[in-house]
Amino acid sequence: MPPATSAPDAPVAEGDAEAPPVPTYRSLAAPVSNPVDKFALLPAFLKVRGLVKEHIDSFNYFITKGIKNIVRANNRIEARSDPGIYLEYKNIYIGEPSVQVDFRVETITPHFCRLTDRTYSAPVIVDVEYTVGKTHTQHRKPSFTIGYMPIMLRSYACVLNGKDEAELARYGECPLDPGGYFIVKGAEKVILIQEQLSKNRIIIDTDNKGRVIASVTSSTHEVKSKTVICMEKEKIYLQLNQFTKAIPIIVVMKAMGIETDQEVVQMVGRDPRYADLLYLSIQECATERIYTQQQALQYMDDKVTYAGAGNIKDGRSKLILRDVFIAHVPVNNGNFQPKCIYTAVMLRRMLDAILNSDTFDDKDYVGNKRLELSGQLVSLLFEDLFKTMNTYAVDRMNKNSDMARSSPLDFSQLIMQQDVITSGLERAISTGNWDIKRFKMHRKGVSQVLSRLSYMASLGYMTRITPQFEKTRKTSGPRALQPSQWGMLCPCDTPEGEACGLTKNLALMTHVTTDQEEGPLRNLCFSLGVEDLSLLSGEEIHAPGSFLVMFNGLILGKHRQPQKFANNMRTFRRSGKIGEFVSVFVNEKQHCIHIASDGGRVCRPLIIADKGRARVKEHHMKELRDGIRSFDDFLRDGLIEYLDVNEENNALIALYEHVDQDGVQRSSITHIEIEPMTLLGVVAGLIPYPHHNQSPRNTYQCAMGKQAMGNIAYNQLFRADSLLYLLVYAQRPLLTTKTIELVGYDKLGAGQNATVAVMSYSGYDIEDAIVMNKSSLDRGFGRCIAMKKYTVTSEKYGDGISDRIAKPQRNKDGVLIKQNMRV
Amino acid sequence: MENPGGSSLPAFLELQRTRVLCKADAPTHTEGFQYSGAFAAMGVDTSVSVEKFCSNFKIEINRLTEEDMEFDMIGVDASIANAFRRILISEVPTMAIEKVFMVDNTSVIADEVLSHRLGLIPLDADPRLFEYISDDVPNERNTIVYKLHVSCEKGSQRLTVKSGQLEWLPEGSQLTMASPAQSGDNQRTYTSFGQSQQNTSERPLGVKYKDITIARLGPGQAIELEAHAVKGVGKVHAKWSPVATAWYRMLPEVVLLKEIKDGDAEELVKKCPVNVFDIEDLGNGKKRAVVAKPRACTLCRECVRPTDDQVELRRVRDHFIFTIESTGALPPEVLFTEAVKILEEKCERVISELS
Ligand code: SF4
Repeated sequence: MPPATSAPDAPVAEGDAEAPPVPTYRSLAAPVSNPVDKFALLPAFLKVRGLVKEHIDSFNYFITKGIKNIVRANNRIEARSDPGIYLEYKNIYIGEPSVQVDFRVETITPHFCRLTDRTYSAPVIVDVEYTVGKTHTQHRKPSFTIGYMPIMLRSYACVLNGKDEAELARYGECPLDPGGYFIVKGAEKVILIQEQLSKNRIIIDTDNKGRVIASVTSSTHEVKSKTVICMEKEKIYLQLNQFTKAIPIIVVMKAMGIETDQEVVQMVGRDPRYADLLYLSIQECATERIYTQQQALQYMDDKVTYAGAGNIKDGRSKLILRDVFIAHVPVNNGNFQPKCIYTAVMLRRMLDAILNSDTFDDKDYVGNKRLELSGQLVSLLFEDLFKTMNTYAVDRMNKNSDMARSSPLDFSQLIMQQDVITSGLERAISTGNWDIKRFKMHRKGVSQVLSRLSYMASLGYMTRITPQFEKTRKTSGPRALQPSQWGMLCPCDTPEGEACGLTKNLALMTHVTTDQEEGPLRNLCFSLGVEDLSLLSGEEIHAPGSFLVMFNGLILGKHRQPQKFANNMRTFRRSGKIGEFVSVFVNEKQHCIHIASDGGRVCRPLIIADKGRARVKEHHMKELRDGIRSFDDFLRDGLIEYLDVNEENNALIALYEHVDQDGVQRSSITHIEIEPMTLLGVVAGLIPYPHHNQSPRNTYQCAMGKQAMGNIAYNQLFRADSLLYLLVYAQRPLLTTKTIELVGYDKLGAGQNATVAVMSYSGYDIEDAIVMNKSSLDRGFGRCIAMKKYTVTSEKYGDGISDRIAKPQRNKDGVLIKQNMRV
Repeated sequence: MENPGGSSLPAFLELQRTRVLCKADAPTHTEGFQYSGAFAAMGVDTSVSVEKFCSNFKIEINRLTEEDMEFDMIGVDASIANAFRRILISEVPTMAIEKVFMVDNTSVIADEVLSHRLGLIPLDADPRLFEYISDDVPNERNTIVYKLHVSCEKGSQRLTVKSGQLEWLPEGSQLTMASPAQSGDNQRTYTSFGQSQQNTSERPLGVKYKDITIARLGPGQAIELEAHAVKGVGKVHAKWSPVATAWYRMLPEVVLLKEIKDGDAEELVKKCPVNVFDIEDLGNGKKRAVVAKPRACTLCRECVRPTDDQVELRRVRDHFIFTIESTGALPPEVLFTEAVKILEEKCERVISELS
C-alpha cells in the first residue's frame, strides 16, 4: 500500500517529520503520521443531505412515490347498482403551492403564508377516467384537483426547493432556515420523529410474569396485528386477541396442515433438546385428541372471541389464521407453508432463548427500532382521507341512483364536491391529533409548533425523536444510553426529568431510510443462490452450515454460503446496483442473514477500509476540495457506504486510520469513521471541548443552548411571531466549534462573550449567581428587544371610509387626547 | 502612611504594616492597620496628621497625553485612592445626549437602540460651562441640541452613518411642537433658548470623535432626529462617565530572597512572561539574576511556582499606579482635579453637617 500522498495545498502538516510536532488534539488522541484529512466530507455530506434531510427525504418519498402507490392500490370506484358507472384514477401528483382566491389560482410563498395566517399547501391533482349516465360514455379529465395538501418547506413540491441564497432572500426566506416543517394557518408545525419497535420482526423477550415470549407485530397495508407465542408451564401457546384462550401451538400447526408431530419437530430443528422442550406441548395436543387439521380447526373455532355475523363460528379460525395470525406472511392460494415455517422459526428462536439466554432480543437495541417520519405519518393520513373520500362518493352515488334523477350524476362531480382531504390534512397537522380509525391509530401531539425562541431551538426541534411509550414508567432500561446509539443518536442531548433518555436526538450524520422497492431485491437474492422456501422440506431448512435469508422480516429461503452471499450483496450495493441504504446483516448466532430495505432504519455513512486502510485517499479529498467530486460520487465509487445499526455488528469501525498498528491488528478493521465528532447531535455540537466536561453538564447545556437569545433568522424583522426575543448586540462565540460553522450558527450569533472573573464574594460563595458591572449594562451588554404581536382588523365601511392605524395623539403636555387610545 | 516618628518598628512588623505579601497560594497581610494606636505599646505612633501627610504625599506623573495619563500616587491609603477612582467613574459630570426626538427612522435599528447609541457618543463640550437641567425647561445654559438627518437614496450603495454627521444647532431646537396648533403659538419649539450658544466656548460644541458608527442605512432608508444633550453624572448612566475607565494597581515589589545563579537564574528569567528579571554577568562565565523591571510584574505568580523560597512578591500598601482614560470631554489631568474638588465638597458637607 503506497503512503497517502498529500497535495501541496493540503492542510495536513507535511513537515511533521522535520519540525517539532505541534501537539494538537488530533495528534494527542491518535498517533497518526500522515492522515488523510477527511473532515471536508462532512460539509459535503451536509450539502447533499442538509440538516433536516430525514424529514425532507421522507416527505419527498411520499409525494413522489408513496402517494402514487396509495392511489394505485385504490384506483377504481364504482357504483354498487351499476358497475358500469365507475371512476378510475390514472395518475396523481402534487401541483405548485397555490391558493384559490375567487376562482383564480395564485401561487404562494411560505413567507406569505406565515404573514397572512394561511396554509402553505399545494393542490393534489389527479387524472381520471369515468363514465357518465346510463350509456356509460367514457370521459377523461386530466388535471383534476381533489384537495390541497400542506407542503413541507424545501421539499420537491416547495417553491424554495433548489433555490440559492439570493433567490431565497427574494422570497423573504432565511437561507439558514433548514425547512422540513409545514405552515398551517400561519403557524409553523413540525411533525416530530416518532420512535417505534420494528414491525414484522420476531422479538424474543420475557413478559412481566417472567414467561418467555416470541412476539411479532405484523403490519401491512391492509392489516395490523400482534401475534404472541408464549411458554407457560413448559407448554407453548399462541395468544391472539381473536381467541378467548391461548391455543396450544401444536394445534395451530395442525390447523395449518402440519398434521404429524414429526414434521413439526423437523421444522423446528433436529436437535433433541428442541424435541425435549416441545414434548409437553405435543403431549397436550394428543390428550386433547386432536390429530387432524379438521379437528384442530374445530377446536379453535370454539375459542373464537367474536363469531361474526349470524353467530357462525365454523370456519372463522381458518380465516383468522389466514388474515390475522402473523399477518405479514402472505398465504397465496391457501398455501399455509410459509406461515408454518415462520411459526417454526419463531418456536426455534424461542427455544434457543430458553436453552441459551444470550439469544434474547433487547427491545432497547436501536436496531430493533424504527423511526416514523413526517412522510409516513402524512401518508397514513392521506390514505385514510383518500379512502374516506371515495366511500363518500360511492355512498352518494348509490343514494342517488336509488332516486331516479333526470340528469345523471358522475363520479367526477362527487369527488370534487368535498374538501375531505384539504380539511382533514389541515386539521391533523394543526392539532397534532392523528385519529385514524381505519388503522387503529390514535396519537396526540404528533405535530408541534416549531419553537422560534432561537435558531438552535428550531434546529433542535427538527432532530428530536419522541418515544412511543408513556413517560410515567419508572423503568430505567429504555432510558439508559444504549451502546448501539453510537453515531446514530446523540449521547448528550436529552431532556431532564420525566422524558429523560426517552426523548432523543439524531446525531449529525444520521440518515433515516425510506421504503425501497422489494421486488428487484428479492429477485437478486434468488439469483445469488438463495434457495426458495417452497422447494425445501422442513428438515432441510435448518441444515447445518446453511443460513436462513430473511428479507424485511419475511423468510425468503436459505443459503449454503452465507458469507459469500453477504459479500456479493454488499458488492452490488457499493457499485450502486442496489439502493445504498439496503442493509445486509449476517447474524451468526441465529444462523440468519437479514436483508432490510424497509423505511425508518437509522444509518450513517462510513469510509470503507481494506484491511484497515481507508479507501478514501488524499487525491479523492483533493478532488472534493476542488469541487470535481461530490459526496454522492464517494458513494457511487464504493469509497463510502451507509451502515445501519444491524450491519454495524458485522463491521469493525476504527475512529482514525492508525498507521502504527501491525497488520494483524489492522486487518480486521472494515470501516473508518468519517469524523468522530459527528456522534454528537446539532445542539451538543455547540459545546466546545465536550470531552473535558462532566457528562451531565453537556446534557444541561443541550437544554440551555436552545434558550440563548440572539438572532433567530435573517428574516426575523419580517416575521410575525407572537413573541420574539432578540439580542441587540449578539456575538459569535470566540471559540467556534466545527459544528457551529456547519450549521451556520456563527452567522446568527446568540449570546455575548462575557469576561468573567471567578472569585469568592465577601468571603462566602454564592453559587449560580453573578454580580454584574453596571457600566457594562449601561453600555449595552445583554440588551435585548422583545417584540410582541398585536392583531387588529382594519375594516372597510364603504363610501371610501375605512379604519386606519395611527399613532396616539397627545396634547402639548403629553397627555393622550382620547383616553380610550391604546399605547 | 509614613514612617512612625521616634522609635521604629522591628523589620518584620514594618514589612507587615507597609506591604502586602503575595505567596504562591494566597496573599497575606492584606488588611492594613487602621487604628492609630495599633503599635502604641511599642512606642510607635501611626496616627495620621496633616503635617505627616503633607511630607509624605507625592504624585509622580509617568505619562500624560490628551486621552490618558498614568501617575503614581504615593502616601495615601487605599480607601482614598479608591474614592478618587469611584468619583472619576461615577461623579464627575459630563454632557451626553439624553433625549432624542425621532422624526423619521426607517433604518433596521430600533428607535430605542438608536437613542441608546447616540447617548454613548462622547461630546466635545466642557460640562463646567453648563448647569444641570431642572424643571425640564431646556435652555441655552443646560442643553445642547444636535440634529441628524441622513437618508440613503434608492438604488445607491449602503450607507454608514457616522457620529460626525450629527450637526450642532447653537440656536436650539428646530422642531416645532405639533399640537395644539394655536395661532401665534405655532413657533414654539422643544427648547426655549434665550440666546445663541455660538460664543459659549471657543470650539464648536461638536462630537469628540467623528468616526463612530451610529447606524447603517440600506437604499430607501432614512433617519431624521433631534438629540438633546444635558449634564449628568456616571452614577445615573455610564454615558455621563468622563472616563472610559479609571483604575489603579499597587506598586509591585519583587525581592530575591537569595542569590540565584547560573542555570537557576536563566530558568527564573525564562519563567517570567513580562521579563521582570534580568541576568547580570558576573564575569568568568558566572551569572546572577537581578530584578530589573518590578513595575511590569502582573502578579501572575509564575516565578513562585512550584516553590516560593527564592522570590518574594510584595505590593507596596500606600503606592498606587493610577491610570485615567478620558473619553474626551476634559483632559485626564483636569478630570483628576475635578475629582479632588468633588471629594473636597463632600468632606465640607460632612464637616458642616457635623458642626
Ligand atoms: S509574578 Fe509573574 S510577572 Fe511578576 S515577577 Fe513573577 S513571573 Fe514575573
